[in-house]
Amino acid sequence: MLKVTNAILSAREATLVIGGRTILDRVTLDVRPNEIVTIIGPNGAGKSTLVRCLLGLQPLTSGEIVKPKGLRVGYVPQRFPQTPNVPLDVRRLLSLTLKPTEQEIDAALAETGIPHLKTADVARLSGGELQRALLARALLRKPELLVLDEPVQAVDFMGEARMYELISEVRKRHHCGILMVSHDLHMVMAESDHVICLNGHVCCEGGPTTVQQDPEFAKLFGPSAARMIAAYTHHHDHEHDCAHDHHRHDHRH
Amino acid sequence: MLDIITQPFFQRALLAGLGLASVAGPVGCFIVWRRMAYFGETLAHSGLFGVGLGLLLGFSLTLGAAATGIAVALLLVLLKSQRVLATDTLLGILSHSSLALGIVTIGLVTGAAGDHMDLLFGDILTVSWRDVTVVWVGAAVVLLVLGILWRDLIAISVHEDLAQAEGVNVKRVELGFVLLIALMTAISMKIVGLLLITALLVIPAAAARRLSKTPEQMALIAAAIAAISVAAGLLLSAFANMVTGPAIVLSAGSFFVLTLFRRQAS
Repeated sequence: MLKVTNAILSAREATLVIGGRTILDRVTLDVRPNEIVTIIGPNGAGKSTLVRCLLGLQPLTSGEIVKPKGLRVGYVPQRFPQTPNVPLDVRRLLSLTLKPTEQEIDAALAETGIPHLKTADVARLSGGELQRALLARALLRKPELLVLDEPVQAVDFMGEARMYELISEVRKRHHCGILMVSHDLHMVMAESDHVICLNGHVCCEGGPTTVQQDPEFAKLFGPSAARMIAAYTHHHDHEHDCAHDHHRHDHRH
Repeated sequence: MLDIITQPFFQRALLAGLGLASVAGPVGCFIVWRRMAYFGETLAHSGLFGVGLGLLLGFSLTLGAAATGIAVALLLVLLKSQRVLATDTLLGILSHSSLALGIVTIGLVTGAAGDHMDLLFGDILTVSWRDVTVVWVGAAVVLLVLGILWRDLIAISVHEDLAQAEGVNVKRVELGFVLLIALMTAISMKIVGLLLITALLVIPAAAARRLSKTPEQMALIAAAIAAISVAAGLLLSAFANMVTGPAIVLSAGSFFVLTLFRRQAS
């Protein structure tokens, strides 16, 4: 499968077998600049594992991850200890592996909407505030690629919508590629350019409107989910054009 | 009765204890942050085997404890990366096997009926000036290396994957830290015993958590609490005729209980 690509991150037939169990089965994907790619799938589908492989945290059994040398990646991990043992304020959280100036910290916190929390204890942040702090942290790296693993986890329903709005703004402002993992179907469909339905292997992929009509999608999430999404995206479909709807139905069973 | 404090043996004990406390505080913080309390205990237990080997073969007990500590630490890192067993199960196996091995080895030298109280709780009141020097030199080395690893260690304590994704060499830092604990265990084994060393690592750090807003603050407060516990334990031993090692542990424990009544600082 040779594709002309300006991708900043690609997986080629990425396969991971641990203890005889195939976690990832020949997963191929591309993320391009200024594009939001979303991985959806049921629990245990290997979404977070795929992210760890893409980031180089987990070596593959076969296949490869392609990214340019020195690619600046901002990463917001899925799990962050709810009661961290290390006493930290937000400013310190932002400077763990970087040495940003006070101005840079202020700017990043302002961008993610929490300028007032600079000296707040990380242990006291709400789920949404913590996600925003982690996003600010990722933005400080001036990322060309932003990797968000379940960005609305532990965020309440109202917060979810605002969080997705923020992610969309970030993409527009920084023109970075965004790879996002989610199991929240509604919001994903509104903002993504390309949706990858993962269940060990890539079940189906394409633009949001294509994916939701795919029989594989209905199989994975149930027909009611597919109808619900259809209603939602119909309501919000002003965002979409068909340019990205290159549906590649090449999965195997 | 006050003149006991002016006795050289008491002063040596105090100096050795304070040297140990100054590293136990910061190192203990990382043990609490990284949830490695059981790991520290395993290294302490393995040190006992080293002491046994030293007694049996006639080389320095500190060297023996350092060697077995480092060997077990490397073995653990290796086994952990194999992912054969859960880490706590691995620790349970290594910890108690090496403890048993240590007591059997020491028994070969002292006879099966030997008294092992001093190995469990140390014999801080009998330390020599040489022991004091070993503690302070060892402590200086541990603090120096800890200072070099500090930033990376904090980053991986907060979130290991995140730190690694952002370019921290997690394996190297982790290995360095594990060797630090082995060294720290070795310098203190003969003096304060293996039960006391784990207690001095974990209890002051746990007590300091509630009183601190930054990692550095917590490390300093933990060192101070460890130092006060050592001094209080020695005084209790001198004036209330308590066994010294347990008196130090109890002082640290009381300190921890006291902090529970204080509102969290951060």
